Amino acid sequence: MRARRNVLPGFGISTGLTLSYITLLILIPLSAVFLSTATGGWEHFRSTVTSPQVVASYKLTVGASIAGAAINAVFGLLVAWVLARYDFFGKRWVDAIVDLPFALPTAVAGLSLAAIYADNGWFGRYLVPMGIQVAFTPTGILLALTFVGFPFVVRNVQPVLEDLDEEIEEAARSLGATRWQTFRLVIMPTVLPALVTGSALALARALGEYGSVVFISANIPFKTQITSLLIITKLEEYDYTGATAIAAAMLLMSFVLLLAINLLQARSRRYQETS
Amino acid sequence: MTGRRRQHAETASGKLIRWLLITVALVFLALFLVTPLIAVFAQALDKGWAGYWEAIRDPETLAAIRLTLIAAAIAVPLNTLFGIAAAWSITKFDFRGKNLLITILDLPFAVSPVISGLIFVLIFGAQGWFGPWLADHDIQIIFAVPGIILATIFVTVPFVARELIPHMQAQGREEEEAALVLGATGLQTFFRVTLPNIKWSLLAGVILCTARAMGEFGAVSVVSGHIRGETNTIPLQVEILYQGFNYVAAFAVASLLTFLGLASLIVKKIVEWKTTET
Repeated sequence: MRARRNVLPGFGISTGLTLSYITLLILIPLSAVFLSTATGGWEHFRSTVTSPQVVASYKLTVGASIAGAAINAVFGLLVAWVLARYDFFGKRWVDAIVDLPFALPTAVAGLSLAAIYADNGWFGRYLVPMGIQVAFTPTGILLALTFVGFPFVVRNVQPVLEDLDEEIEEAARSLGATRWQTFRLVIMPTVLPALVTGSALALARALGEYGSVVFISANIPFKTQITSLLIITKLEEYDYTGATAIAAAMLLMSFVLLLAINLLQARSRRYQETS
Repeated sequence: MTGRRRQHAETASGKLIRWLLITVALVFLALFLVTPLIAVFAQALDKGWAGYWEAIRDPETLAAIRLTLIAAAIAVPLNTLFGIAAAWSITKFDFRGKNLLITILDLPFAVSPVISGLIFVLIFGAQGWFGPWLADHDIQIIFAVPGIILATIFVTVPFVARELIPHMQAQGREEEEAALVLGATGLQTFFRVTLPNIKWSLLAGVILCTARAMGEFGAVSVVSGHIRGETNTIPLQVEILYQGFNYVAAFAVASLLTFLGLASLIVKKIVEWKTTET
């Protein structure tokens, strides 16, 4: 690593600036959550984060996020496959539109989804008579959480599919494998690390999502109250220690997931390098 | 890339599968992604252009636009300078703990927006660390403009650095080293060698950072206090209008953010095409 002397200038100033900025703006503020939780005491923390209303919000948030990530895994893989393998009219535009959920502010996404699926909305007016309520139900939350995480799977899987040599598939086919066998035994093992990473990123995004859900959720405790909405509710009741305790539990959850994603990415990079 | 693919004899079933997959993918994208986008504009123009302009010209909306522009005008330049410094440090030098630094840099993306706002309430709020001191000196940060600016800076920290780092990593260090050996000063090297190389990804980073700074909802919502005409940004104004059942106005204001989002999407794509072509 230090085989030759680095002649480039500015190490001290750029690294110093980076470290101070990160410490002041990211590390100290984030540590406030844990320090404030600690001053509240362990017993208060435990009773807050395990109270029935909070546990119900975890179940809804984690459940809807996992379901959303699973939907994104399926449709993300499909869209990535179509973009990587087929040529069709307007493909560049379709490719660009995939990133829309990243570009659209979450408040706009939530507002628009709520309008489309409301009783008199474009989709709602057909779905509601069929007995499918989306707006202000857990289904609406699932929809919003799926929307905000959609690009992750496509953007992780697409480059892997583009790199995958089609001759390997042709070889498998000419050796007598069926289309399904080729997909399951040749394509899937190569794509799997990227697919899991993409889904995990979508999951992480969904767990903390707030803006899009606030428009489409009725925020009813035990029914449509996700954890981030519950934190806001506690803040509005001036229950700062309660809000902070829930936030600390949520932060821990995201950190564990982030660590898992980093390990996954390191593993899939190794896999790509050796293959 | 795809155009040069060998045209092998495609079986009838292969054709059918291809046609089917493309159709399902396009229908999904149309219903799931494009419809909400169109709905924004359709609803905003529900009462025609006159209704649209009236909603935008509302004094509270104009105040929200002004505050959003102020917050972005402070957050974006700061994070751009930081992004350049961080990318320079990370890509041009080897040091211990670099991976940890990159992970920390990404934290604002991993943290829930609600928590991104909460942390500043814990530090500067009335019951926070500096709360009593700030109250004594009559300085208000939370439920005021400084809090909104802080929250905006926090959520947009990684954007510029994130765009620059992979690009500068791919570029290597040789060109800068050559310039220095030939007698250029550090600043000359940066402005004449590095900057021209990274200009497109820098532009993409700045635009993404701006779009997010103006569109951030959750973090800003926590620290704002929602005082109409004073501490409302554009996204918060959308929420207030929606809660007041003023749907056309809510969508008209939301359409401004949508334009911004679409602009960032288009610029990002152009930059991607530019950097892959060269």
